[in-house]
Amino acid sequence: MSSGNALQDLADRIVAQAKPGEQVEAYVSRGGETSIRIYEGEVEHFVSAQSESVGIRVIKEGRTGYAYAGTLDESVLSEVFAEARDNVQFGSVDEWAGLAEPDGVEKVPQELWNEELAHFPTAEKIAIAKELEKLTLATDSRIRIDDANYDDAYGETAFATTSGIRAHGRENGCYVSVGTLADDGDETQTGFGFSVGRTPTEFNLPRAAREAADRATRLLGATKPQSKRTTIVLDPYVTAQFLRVLSSSFSGENVQKGRSFFAERLGESVANPLVTLIDDPTNPLAYSATDIDGEGLAARRNVLIENGVLKQFLHSSYSARRGQTKSTGSAVRTGGTPGVSCLAMQLVPGTGTQEELIAQVSDGVLIQMVQGLHSGVNPISGDFSTGASGLLITNGQVGAPIREFTIASTLQRMLQDVVAIGGDVDWLPMSANGMSLVINDVTMSGA
Amino acid sequence: MSTLSELVGKETIEKVLAKGRSTGAGFSEIFIEDKRSTSAGLDDGRIEQVTTGRDRGAGIRVVHGETTGFAHTADLSEAGLLQAAEAAAVAAKQGSGGVVTVALGGIDTHQVNDVQILPNEVPKTRKVELLERANEAARSIDKSVVQVSAGYGDSVRRILVANSEGVFAADDQVRTLFRVSVVASGDGGMQTGYDSMGRTIGFELFDLYDVEELAAGAARQAVTKLKARPAPSGALPVVIKRGSGGVLFHEACGHGLEADLVGKGASVYRGKVGEMVASSLVTLIDDGTMSGEWGAIGIDDEGHHSQKNTLIENGVLTDYMWDYLRARKENHRQSGNGRRQSYMHLPMVRMTNTFVINGSSEPDDIVKATKNGVYVAKLGGGSVNTASGDFVFGMTEAYLIENGEITEPLREGNLIGNGPQVLRDIDMLGNDFAMGNPGTCGKDGQGVPVGDGQPTLRVKSLTIGGTAA
Repeated sequence: MSSGNALQDLADRIVAQAKPGEQVEAYVSRGGETSIRIYEGEVEHFVSAQSESVGIRVIKEGRTGYAYAGTLDESVLSEVFAEARDNVQFGSVDEWAGLAEPDGVEKVPQELWNEELAHFPTAEKIAIAKELEKLTLATDSRIRIDDANYDDAYGETAFATTSGIRAHGRENGCYVSVGTLADDGDETQTGFGFSVGRTPTEFNLPRAAREAADRATRLLGATKPQSKRTTIVLDPYVTAQFLRVLSSSFSGENVQKGRSFFAERLGESVANPLVTLIDDPTNPLAYSATDIDGEGLAARRNVLIENGVLKQFLHSSYSARRGQTKSTGSAVRTGGTPGVSCLAMQLVPGTGTQEELIAQVSDGVLIQMVQGLHSGVNPISGDFSTGASGLLITNGQVGAPIREFTIASTLQRMLQDVVAIGGDVDWLPMSANGMSLVINDVTMSGA
Repeated sequence: MSTLSELVGKETIEKVLAKGRSTGAGFSEIFIEDKRSTSAGLDDGRIEQVTTGRDRGAGIRVVHGETTGFAHTADLSEAGLLQAAEAAAVAAKQGSGGVVTVALGGIDTHQVNDVQILPNEVPKTRKVELLERANEAARSIDKSVVQVSAGYGDSVRRILVANSEGVFAADDQVRTLFRVSVVASGDGGMQTGYDSMGRTIGFELFDLYDVEELAAGAARQAVTKLKARPAPSGALPVVIKRGSGGVLFHEACGHGLEADLVGKGASVYRGKVGEMVASSLVTLIDDGTMSGEWGAIGIDDEGHHSQKNTLIENGVLTDYMWDYLRARKENHRQSGNGRRQSYMHLPMVRMTNTFVINGSSEPDDIVKATKNGVYVAKLGGGSVNTASGDFVFGMTEAYLIENGEITEPLREGNLIGNGPQVLRDIDMLGNDFAMGNPGTCGKDGQGVPVGDGQPTLRVKSLTIGGTAA
C-alpha cells in the first residue's frame, strides 16, 4: 500500500506491526533549516541542518505508553516501538484514552509549500541578510547592529493510526530579523525588526530596518514613570503576545481539568462586545497556517469569542471523547502525546490606524515592548503583570519615552476593558496576529 | 549503552576534523551526543503516560576567520559524519585549503558529579510511585486543592567533543528532576503553587529529598494564595528569602557578564572590569564544578573543563564568562562556559551555577530592619535586556512586610529593576546561603540547565508590579 510518500510509508509500516488489542499511532517527521547570521558585513555563522524524529504511541486496555527518537534509523525504530509498548503497563487506565478517528472533515487546500524557497540560492540568502544590516545601519547614526539574520525552515510530517488516520503534509517558510542597539552617551536601548514570507521575494527589508531603528532610538532618554492607573495602547506585536497568553484558557482539556478561568462561562459575556477572536489555521495569511492538526485531522476554523461572548472550547480527540463532543482539530504535539492549543489565533480587526486610536486617548501609554510574560502572567488565576517600555500619550499625541515599569491587571478584566481595536493587522512570525489594541484601567507601576 | 568512543572511533573523528578544515578553515570541532531520557507525568489523578526518548547525533563546527559554519546529523556513520563536516566546511568558506591532518591524543575526562544510582537502571514502577505519593500528599493538605500535576524526569547525556587543536574529551551528565504544580480553588477564583527539585545526580535524589514534602509545600503555596491580596504597585524595599532569588543575579548581571554579549557592546557591564559594579557586600561566583548541582558539568560543550570563576568580588567586577570563540578573539583564558542545548545547536557563553556567597546578617534581622516592604519566598522566572540592564522576575510566593514583620500573602506579579542600580541597592546580606530550584536558562532559542543560589538579602528599592495603590 505504497502512498508514493516515503514518510507516509514509514508511518504505515510501523502501524502495520500493531498486535491484536493494541491501538498504535506513528508520528514521523523530518525537516531542515538554514540559519545565517551577519555581523559587520560578514557571515558570523551559517547553520545548515537536517533533523528527523519518530514518536510512537501505544494504547492497550485504556493505558497509554509513548516513546520517541530523534532519528528514523531502522535499528532505533524497533527500540522505540519496544519502549512505547513497555511504557504502557505504567500508565493509569483512562476510559477516554484513544486515538483520533477519521471524522470526514476535508482538509482546506492551502499552499504551504513554496518551490521557489526550496530552491532559493544560498548566496542570495546571505546577500539579503547583508542588505538588511546595511539598510538598518543607514537609518540613523546612533544605530549599531546586534545581529542581522536570515532563517528558513521546512518540515514534513506523516501520521498513521490503527484507527484509520493517514495524513501527511509539508510546509516551508522564511523570515529575516535584525536586532539593533541605539547609543546616546552611556545609555543603550534596543530594538528589533523582521519580515516574514513564504519566499524571500516577499520580504519588506526597508520596513524591517526602519522599525528596528525606530524601536531603539525612540527609547533613548527614557525615564521611569510615576505609578498610576492608565490606558494602554498595545503595539501589534505586543497584542499578539497578549493573545498567546490567553490560548491555554480555551483548551477543552484545561477546562476539564480545572485549569481555565473560562470554565462554566460558555455562552456568557467574557469580553467587551468589540472582541471577536477566532482560531483559524486555514487562513493562509497566518504564519502558523497548517492543513492538519497534531493528530492528523483536518485543521479548521473555530470561533472562540464572538462579540464578547464565549462560544466554544478547543478539543483534541481525547478531550472531545471526555467531554462527549467532537475534536475541533486542535491537537498539538510539543514532544509527547497530543495536547490542545490554539493553532493560529486571530483577533478580528476593527478600524483605524494606530495614530487614530492614540488620538482618542487623553492620557495613556503606548506599549512598545513587554518583558517577562512567562514570569508575571498566570493563565490559571488570570493575574497579569509584565515589564514594559514605551511612550507616554498626552492629549492624543505620543510624547516622552518611558521604561523600567510594569503594567498589571487580570486577564479577565483586560478582556472586558478593551475599548478599541485597530484595523492595522500585522501577520507576525507567531501563532497569533497583531494589531493595535486599546485597554483601559491598567495599573502602571514605576517610581 | 556503549560509550561514544566505541560508537565513533578516534580515526573517524580525526578524518572528520581534517575534512572540516579542508576548505582552509583554521578550526574544526565535532560534538557527539547520545541522550536517553525518561519522563512520567501524573495529572488529574492519573498517570498519563511514561515516555522514553533517545536523541543521538553529531554537530560539526568549522571556523574560518570570523565565520562559523555548522552542520549536524543524526547519522553517526563515518560517511554521515564526513558529509556533515563537508557541509560545515563549505558553509564556513567557499574554497579549497588543501589537505589537512589532525591527530588526537588520549581521551580526557573531568569528573565533578558523583552518581550513585543510574536512573535507567531503576524500574519504571518506582518512578511512577513517586508521582502517586506526591499527588496524595498535595491533595491531603486542604480540600481547596482541586488539581495536581506531577512530573518525573531523568536523562543520561553522554557527550564527546574533539577539535583540531587537540581537545578530545568526554563526559556523562546524569540529571534527575521532580516537579509538582497544584491548583487551589476558592471564592476569589483559582490560585497555583509550584515547586521542583533537580540535581546532576541519579535516582539517589529521592533518598536526599522527600517528594511528599515538596508536594505539600506546593499545595500550601496555592492554598495560602487563595487569601492573597493584590500586590502593591510601585517602589518598595524587597527582602528575598535564601535559595529563592538567585534568578535575581542571573538576570541583573549574569547575562550581562557573558563575553559574547559584552564583545558586541550589548551589555551595560562592558568596559567595567576592575570597577565597583555592586554593593561591597556582593561576591558573585559561577561554578560549573559544584558537584551535584543542576548546572554542574565535568566538561563544557566545547570540551573544556568546568571551572569555578569569580565574577564580582566585594562589589568589584573581576571577569566575564567566556567560550572558545570569544576567548580566542580577545586572547583571554577559557572559563568553561561554552555550552549548547544539544548536538543540533552551536555553543555560546552560558552560565552554570551562579550564586552570591554569604554575608553576615541574621535573616530574621533583615526582616525586622524593614519597616514596610515585600518578602519574596519563591521567585519564578525572569528575563533581562542586557544592553539597557532592565530586568524582570516573577514572584510566585510573596508576603507583605509591615512594621518589620511578615504579614499577608500577595498575589503574583513581576518585579522590575535595572541591573547595575539593583546591585548597588543590595544593603543587607544574610548568613544563610542556599541553592535554589533547578532552572532552564534560555538564550538565543537554546535552553540549558543552570543552578543559582543566594542567602537572604534585601534590595532597598525595587518596583513591584502589582495593582494595589
